[in-house]
Amino acid sequence: MTSPDVRKQYTATIGIECHVQLKTKTKLFSGADNDAREAAPNTLVNHIDFGLPGGLPVLNEKAVELASRAAFALNSHPQSFSKFDRKHYFYPDLPMGYQITQYDEPIVLGGYVDITVDGEKKRIGITRAHLEADAGKSTHPAGGDYSLVDLNRAGTPLLEIVSEPDMHSAAEAKAYAHELYLRMRYADVSYANLYYGNMRFDVNVSVSKTNELGTRTETKNLNSFKSVEKTVEYEINRQIELLEKGETIVQETRGWDDTKQRTFSQRTKEDAHDYRYMPDPDLPPIVLDDAYIENIKASMPILPDSYRQTLTDIGLDALVIEDIVAVPETAQMVRQVYEAAGVSHAKRVAFWLMVPQTEADAETQMSTQEFDTPSRIAGLIKLSEMVEANKLSSTAAKEVLADMLKSGENPEAIAEKKNLLQVSDEGAIAEIVVKVLADNAKAAEDVKNGEMKAIGFLVGQVMKESHGQANPGLATKLIKRQLGI
Amino acid sequence: MSEWKAIAEMAADVQSGRVTAAELVEQSLAAIKEHAEFNAIIATLADAARARAKVIDERVAKGEVIGRLAGVPFIAKDNFLVFGAETTAASNILKGFNAPYQATAIEKLEAEGAICVAKANLDAFAHGSSTENSDFFTTLNPHDKTRVPGGSSGGSAASVVLQLAPFALGSDTGGSIRLPASFTGCVGLKPTYGLVSRSGVVAMGSSLDCIGPLTNSVEDAALVLDSMAGRDPLDSTTIERDTEGYAIHEAVSIAGAKIGVIKEYMGEGLDSGVKARITAAIEVLKKAGAEISEVSLPSLPLGLAVYYVLTPAEVSSNLSRYDGQRYGHYTADAKDLHESYTRTRETGFGAEAKRRIMIGTYVLSSGYYDAYYKKAQTVRTKVIREFAEAFEHYDFLLGPTAPMTAFEIGANVDDPLQMYLTDIMTVAANLAGVPAISIPCGLSDNLPVGLQLFAAQKHDRQLLAIAAKAEEIIG
Repeated sequence: MTSPDVRKQYTATIGIECHVQLKTKTKLFSGADNDAREAAPNTLVNHIDFGLPGGLPVLNEKAVELASRAAFALNSHPQSFSKFDRKHYFYPDLPMGYQITQYDEPIVLGGYVDITVDGEKKRIGITRAHLEADAGKSTHPAGGDYSLVDLNRAGTPLLEIVSEPDMHSAAEAKAYAHELYLRMRYADVSYANLYYGNMRFDVNVSVSKTNELGTRTETKNLNSFKSVEKTVEYEINRQIELLEKGETIVQETRGWDDTKQRTFSQRTKEDAHDYRYMPDPDLPPIVLDDAYIENIKASMPILPDSYRQTLTDIGLDALVIEDIVAVPETAQMVRQVYEAAGVSHAKRVAFWLMVPQTEADAETQMSTQEFDTPSRIAGLIKLSEMVEANKLSSTAAKEVLADMLKSGENPEAIAEKKNLLQVSDEGAIAEIVVKVLADNAKAAEDVKNGEMKAIGFLVGQVMKESHGQANPGLATKLIKRQLGI
Repeated sequence: MSEWKAIAEMAADVQSGRVTAAELVEQSLAAIKEHAEFNAIIATLADAARARAKVIDERVAKGEVIGRLAGVPFIAKDNFLVFGAETTAASNILKGFNAPYQATAIEKLEAEGAICVAKANLDAFAHGSSTENSDFFTTLNPHDKTRVPGGSSGGSAASVVLQLAPFALGSDTGGSIRLPASFTGCVGLKPTYGLVSRSGVVAMGSSLDCIGPLTNSVEDAALVLDSMAGRDPLDSTTIERDTEGYAIHEAVSIAGAKIGVIKEYMGEGLDSGVKARITAAIEVLKKAGAEISEVSLPSLPLGLAVYYVLTPAEVSSNLSRYDGQRYGHYTADAKDLHESYTRTRETGFGAEAKRRIMIGTYVLSSGYYDAYYKKAQTVRTKVIREFAEAFEHYDFLLGPTAPMTAFEIGANVDDPLQMYLTDIMTVAANLAGVPAISIPCGLSDNLPVGLQLFAAQKHDRQLLAIAAKAEEIIG
């Protein structure tokens, strides 16, 4: 590990290319099913995907629509003219011997994404984003003298988003990757399921002591925010160590070994292909008129920044806001509660629903569960009203909430069934108070002597005795009265 | 050789029960057998054709309406995928490849009741002007067995002239339908780019490839085109068909038609016998009232150079998929992936395919792209513009289809550049995407001469109508 002093002398520069799988029903250029998640190998392949003679690509309009939506999510807009090119190389998972991509006239040019790291806001530029067809998947069984190719993924539409080299730390790289993920989910262009490789990151890292950029390496195919962060950290250290030893950095493609937690060399620049890009004569250019572009703009879903503003208006702090925004369904629910019932209910619901990112990484939070929104929102508001009216303790409310989110039942029915409705009957609580004070004479004495901290303990005991049903405010009042203070 | 009737008449005969589809298919199969020595055919689809004929005859018996090509046999160039049939494009690398789907053109012809009886020889992957680049054998010219039939659709052209079937399908990337039509003396039509779907046809130069018929008459060509033309959801470069269709219903007058004779095609390099036949035809057209004058398209001499940059570029790309990993020829005993690729392609491709892959790879390489590919595209745009300008003043353009008549087998095999020159008068129509047709224009030294007529893009209907009239009066 390089010492912090040495480290300080270097500036790291990071750029990220992100491949986003678009959630189309069929592939980018063929009518084959695009959902390869659970399909048996080579079952979602037609004559175009298989590269049979005479097969011609036909552009999936939906992919253009999703890419256009993504453009707005990147603070850009789709180009009125873009075209497809062929990128040539030989590999068994590339059936046509070329990949159809957009070389010099991509569908998105320019744009930016704002990230916040350590409370500081930073703008990361987007160079471009282009549509391309994915290749198939090759596997090389250990010890085997053969390889396997699955073409289910061949032809899946990808949007490759290329950032400017605007990041300078692992934390920034991770934040950028996460922000892209959020935007793609909110814009509803991708399932953005990292487990299934719906988003893959290629990370370019270089370090330099001067204003001139150092030689960069590209680590490909990272499929988690953590691996993006770790790769950048590892590469910065590795490169500085090499330079400090007087060695040079080799421009190369690297991979990330998650088991060994290190990057490794895959191929150097000498093996670099000449891709012989050529306009694809089978595909007319994509020409989008103003009406089309305006229509996409007008139908854009609400994006994370707008949610952040709403949550700020509700009065939540930045960290809570990010925890809520990390799960689009949560942000949507809080916003709807806010719109229907105002700040105090929204705030309460926000705290109920948020899952701290430290506990549940967004990567595992991929529920695409459909929310029966209107009744769900009504239920949340009702639940919040019950707490406000002292009908439920906040502990009990959480229990009702969990049940409600699962079953969709209304909160009153759940509370009643679970016997959680708060007891505000003075007589009933008074009996418990008497018992608790008798059982906890020491604490009662402390309270009487002015040690008010102990009253919390006593209230807790009352709650326990009442199985959470006692109204804690009332319990406090009765304890005080009983002790004559 | 027994001659086929006009296609429309034959289909009417089948529909009315005067003749059966089975009889037509047998006539075709017998002719194929009889003329096997000409090497026009790579494979005969006898079983499938007989089965289809049986179904059609049964439907006729039930009183069903079959279509405008009811029971009419045809022969497809072997770069058309026909369901269940081996499709080789006359190349070793595709040997053994059975088509699991079929070309849209075949689909549309079958929908009108036509029956594919055989697959015709071609220069492998349609690279050539003589069929000598076929990996299997050379087709002989029906007029003189020592000469080539032209190419690359040489097998299709010979099939029509030998009366093996009433019509054949070809593909035309730089003249591959028109040139063999000219060399063998039949009609060959290259429609407007995109008018007939390329889906299911082995790609050569995708931005130039056109599908079209080779026939005994312009009327037949028009009917076949009419059956195939139009938008295809499987080919995004296809265009809408003419709302009036393409079939010829009545004769048009040639009087008043403005025809420009392309100056660049009538000068140096044109065989004197061919020139005499073309000049005579021009006189006949003039006499019929056509307004004919000379027109210059100054960029045309560059056409061939442009063609032989762009086509190899697209060829090198389109042939990438033939890698032995999924279908066709492959090297089973390769030690590793790299060797599997190199040996498969080394042994599977013929010399001309390799030549074009190498030229294409070169012109697309980084550092050369601008100097070759991009520059060629610029000149192509100029050719397109010159055609458009000419069609502001002329209804049609005219010239020879080729500068010479059919040459002897072997005459150009050692000189690819000389071979390429055969295409000098046909490539421009492909570069510009305009329709062009070659019709017989008499004989020179007992060998057929082809007259080429061009029209503006999407004027295929008008081109066919005037060509039918020209055919009648030049005849």
